[in-house]
Amino acid sequence: MAEILVLVDHLDGAVRKFTTEMLTLARRAGEPSAVFVGSGYDAAAETLAQFGAAKVYVADAPDLSEYLVTPKVELLASLIARTQPAAVLVPSTLEAKEIAARLAIRTGSGLITDAIDVSAELGTQQSAFAGSYVVDAKVTTGTPIIAVKANAVTPETAPSTPAVEAVAVDLPDSAKQARVVSRSPRKQTGRPDLSEASVVVSGGRGVGGPEGFRVVEELADALGGAVGASRAAVDSGWYPHASQVGQTGKTVSPQLYVAAGISGAIQHRAGMQTSKTIIAINKDGEAPIFEMADFGVVGDLHQVLPALVAEINRRKG
Amino acid sequence: MKIAVCVKYVPDAAADRSFSADHTTDRVGSIGILSELDEYAVEEALKIREAGDAEVIVLTMGPDGAETALKKALQMGADRAVHVSDPGLHGADAPATSLVLANAISRLEVDLVLCGMASTDAIMGVVPAMIAERLGLPQVTLAAELTVDGGAVRIRRDGEDAVEEIEASLPAVVSVTDQINEPRYPSFKGIMAAKKKTVETWSLSDLDVVPDQVGLGAAWSAVTEVTRRPPRSKGTVVTDDGTGAAQLADFLAANRFV
Ligand SMILES: Cc1cc2nc3c(=O)[nH]c(=O)nc-3n(C[C@H](O)[C@H](O)[C@H](O)COP(=O)(O)OP(=O)(O)OC[C@H]3O[C@@H](n4cnc5c(N)ncnc54)[C@H](O)[C@@H]3O)c2cc1C
Ligand SMILES: Nc1ncnc2c1ncn2[C@@H]1O[C@H](COP(=O)(O)O)[C@@H](O)[C@H]1O
Repeated sequence: MAEILVLVDHLDGAVRKFTTEMLTLARRAGEPSAVFVGSGYDAAAETLAQFGAAKVYVADAPDLSEYLVTPKVELLASLIARTQPAAVLVPSTLEAKEIAARLAIRTGSGLITDAIDVSAELGTQQSAFAGSYVVDAKVTTGTPIIAVKANAVTPETAPSTPAVEAVAVDLPDSAKQARVVSRSPRKQTGRPDLSEASVVVSGGRGVGGPEGFRVVEELADALGGAVGASRAAVDSGWYPHASQVGQTGKTVSPQLYVAAGISGAIQHRAGMQTSKTIIAINKDGEAPIFEMADFGVVGDLHQVLPALVAEINRRKG
Repeated sequence: MKIAVCVKYVPDAAADRSFSADHTTDRVGSIGILSELDEYAVEEALKIREAGDAEVIVLTMGPDGAETALKKALQMGADRAVHVSDPGLHGADAPATSLVLANAISRLEVDLVLCGMASTDAIMGVVPAMIAERLGLPQVTLAAELTVDGGAVRIRRDGEDAVEEIEASLPAVVSVTDQINEPRYPSFKGIMAAKKKTVETWSLSDLDVVPDQVGLGAAWSAVTEVTRRPPRSKGTVVTDDGTGAAQLADFLAANRFV
């Protein structure tokens, strides 16, 4: 069966759900080979095996993280040359899309980003124009390189015993041009990752200030979800940029999206339009967010959210 | 210092956007504008010029009408504008776009290439990295902060898991996010000054690119179908009379979220 390279998305070996989804998709079209870059493979091994990696390539040299993007391009390019895979799947994150971009040029291969589905024939689906279109596409030249969005598929286990191979990467000078001079890890919130959470509760300008996000967080915690924010809230400095949902933030497609004090501008909708169920709380009954909400409450979020949290906790007993 | 800013002419997201019969983005039947995310790159170039000495050249590859995007950048204050326009470019994919832009950039002989983080129509966010790959230049992308000092650039990048500082020597390709600055509106003076500036038009033959390398037929991927999603239907909207939270909780329970 054809080999499919899957670039593992992980933080120090903690494999993101993203990766298990890509392995699931890759199994439709061939045999997944996980490509693990960085330290912490031991922590990742079990998950990769559980989701059906037939092979794992592990590259863990310190200088791989000293430069932006290019080391992973070198590694994947050499693996493509050696293994002639049927396709390469990478997560559709900002960094991995850039890895995919250079790899496409390097190997003369077509590239599809932001895929929301990948078929056994390596056909893809994407959302376009803020979710108003679905586009079917296919790579026609070279080794298909596909950047897959989170939540594209429900991960399915398929236990395997992967063959593990350590690979060395020789970085030419051309790969050492953009040097990472400092890296400060982001504070972990203890909540699920925004891009892959099944529930997201977001606050906007209507939240009124940084303290206003407390009740947004409480609702997120009551529902076991992640916290998001509109750009207006982020630009006001009320919540970190990493939590921004929308065109220039994260795209999310959870089972449940709650928009509190968010008007529903096109750039915001672009990041949450494909959520399964959408709830809106806004004091302006004319706010465009209500056009797409499955359930909306016209009211003051400072009253509705605390009462909702109390009600949920009461029902949970 | 010479700076090239890559700007794209895109359909306005605030208006209706659609596809043409050949599955390419409809750029004729829609209202086109300078991609909002590229305004941040233009602004950053102007700031560099104001802090030192630089020539700001805006560069676009696009259909007739793309001068609109260049005009806006000239009104903001760019010095020079180049429009790569050729019938052979219709349907160009990202690899082809990067080839054309890379050749144009080589011809301009610049020290710094500035791009937006993504075009607002395709939202791929890949062209800057592709240009860097083609030109063998350092790629310093997604800058939320940029410093150009002597022969080097340094950026702050708010990455997925960490905030990073990245450094490279010039020439380099830098892309900027919408966190980096607040783009200016063209001033009256800027609008008047732009009237005197001309847009240079280059064709594929000026760039040693043959139509067979670019355009719809040469694309490395193909769109097989586009389907309009039915718009989301509007659900129940209630006005809070004190029972809003309870009704919401009922809805959540009915859909098994609690
Ligand atoms: C290039 C570009 C990129 C962008 N990218 C993004 C992006 O990624 N993500 C994004 O979100 N935006 C993005 N935007 C901004 C977008 O256009 C909107 O400005 C933004 O989404 C508005 O945020 P908001 O809904 O929180 O604020 P507003 O539009 O001001 O809406 C606030 C809402 O809160 C309601 N409200 C006020 N008080 C209360 C209360 N007490 N209770 C209940 N409701 C209340 C109001 O009725 C109003 O509807 C982008 C814009 C540009 C130009
Ligand atoms: N046709 C084009 N002409 C000029 N610049 C472009 C073009 N396409 C993309 N770019 C640049 O590349 C960036 C990323 O675009 P994309 O990869 O298409 O999302 C944009 O913000 C522009 O700076």
